[in-house]
Amino acid sequence: MASFHLTRRKLLKALLAAGGAVTARPLLRESHGTTPAPAASAPAAPSTVNVLLRVNGTEHQMMIDPRTTLLDALRERLHLTGTKKGCDQGQCGACTVIVDGRRITSCLTLAVMQQGHDVTTIEGLGTPGDLHPMQAAFVRHDGFQCGFCTPGQICSAVAMLEEVKAGIPSHATASLTGGVELSASELRERMSGNLCRCGAYSNIQEAIGEVAGVRR
Amino acid sequence: MKPFTYEKPSSPAEAAAAAARVEGARFIAGGTNLLDLMKLQIETPSHLIDLNDVGLDKIEATDQGGLRVGALVRNTDLAADWRVRRDYGVLTRALVAGASGQIRNQATTAGNLLQRTRCPYFYDTNQPCNKRSPGSGCGAIGGFSRQHAIVGVNDACIATHPSDMAVAMRVLDANVETVRSDGSTRTITIADFHRLPGDTPHIENALEAGELITAVVLPAPAGGTHVYRKVRDRASYAFALVSVAAIVQPDGTGKVALGGVAHKPWRVEAAESQTGRGAKAVASELLADARTTHDNAFKVPLVERTLASVMAEAKAQP
Repeated sequence: MASFHLTRRKLLKALLAAGGAVTARPLLRESHGTTPAPAASAPAAPSTVNVLLRVNGTEHQMMIDPRTTLLDALRERLHLTGTKKGCDQGQCGACTVIVDGRRITSCLTLAVMQQGHDVTTIEGLGTPGDLHPMQAAFVRHDGFQCGFCTPGQICSAVAMLEEVKAGIPSHATASLTGGVELSASELRERMSGNLCRCGAYSNIQEAIGEVAGVRR
Repeated sequence: MKPFTYEKPSSPAEAAAAAARVEGARFIAGGTNLLDLMKLQIETPSHLIDLNDVGLDKIEATDQGGLRVGALVRNTDLAADWRVRRDYGVLTRALVAGASGQIRNQATTAGNLLQRTRCPYFYDTNQPCNKRSPGSGCGAIGGFSRQHAIVGVNDACIATHPSDMAVAMRVLDANVETVRSDGSTRTITIADFHRLPGDTPHIENALEAGELITAVVLPAPAGGTHVYRKVRDRASYAFALVSVAAIVQPDGTGKVALGGVAHKPWRVEAAESQTGRGAKAVASELLADARTTHDNAFKVPLVERTLASVMAEAKAQP
């Protein structure tokens, strides 16, 4: 499995490099301008920016195109491929990561915007030998079928439980001035930003419920 | 995405000045709508001004007894603020009815007001759309228009404004504070902030080029019972077919705004004098000039029924 993984990745790299050679010329032309030069006071137009990202406690310096989303920086530059690209438009939640303790969709933010913040991905929550309790619960309850949405589900669930602890209300919260208790309807509502096309929702709900200590 | 340059100023005035300096510049804060549209090349800014270091992320009490909500306050933080939950319940309810937990953690107060329509013809660059390409026509009229507007529409555009938060802001009579690129400031009422399509559906609000929202100000609490009811195709994480924001006083008088029915949050002050006569009277005043399509005609009775349900709920609450 691992060797296939590497081979596929190398192949993709080779293909991308070939494509890059073909497209390099028009890109260069664009950045150096057949269009009028910007006003003197306008910032220069660099094709790349220097970005320092702190991911899972490690700092990474990289030169990237400012168009790079946090998702693409994680996957393509840092090779943290646990974070998945599903819809790439904020509708599926597969790319959910935790930034400064809060879950966000990494496809809808630029890497350059996340400098100075602490990014946690599924790789930072636990390792195969030392699973995060949420990861272990997903395994125990079979909270997946194909597994593509799973890293996003787990990152989302971990941060969601912190939101409940902080008393942040949801659409399912009965009273805005009372506390928040994680009922089944609260759990479903709060996880609605993570889609599972296999429909493993009932087991996902059980896994999260177990970690949260929800009585069934 | 089209290539762009990027800067991150450290004050609102600096940001507004930067917007005037670089042609084709856009502000970015949460990015949840702008980046989506940039990927589809519906938005093609040449320069991004990242607002995340300018401050404006506090909720402060005003001398008038209200709250000044900084433009950069995230939807989650606004919804969770205990003063908002206690005194402006309709706002918290509207916020948590919108988007997902992840998106609310990113999206900002000002960005929420400025989000673009989710009309599929606006999103599909192969389709005509007067909002995306002025003068190209409207694909929604005569197309699939189940989600579309029923009031304030014309032959140019039947798109809706997708925000839940803005509907609550409208019923709360909020004000939008801005700074212009020359450093001058002004206040725009929420009623005047969003525009009807008219001949220029691509111009959606009263902001001038480069003008930056700094805060949304809530007046002193109005009291009463606050209700936000959203009717949608899924129980969660879907845009409204119809939504009702209401503040109902113990004597039965109240204020009502609708979402999902117009190019802006829809409120007709004259309709509110009808609250004593029941939902049908209020709805018929609100939708007096309705112009529906085959697909969205159901929204007229849906507004009336949702309104009836909201009024009953408000009456039942202490």
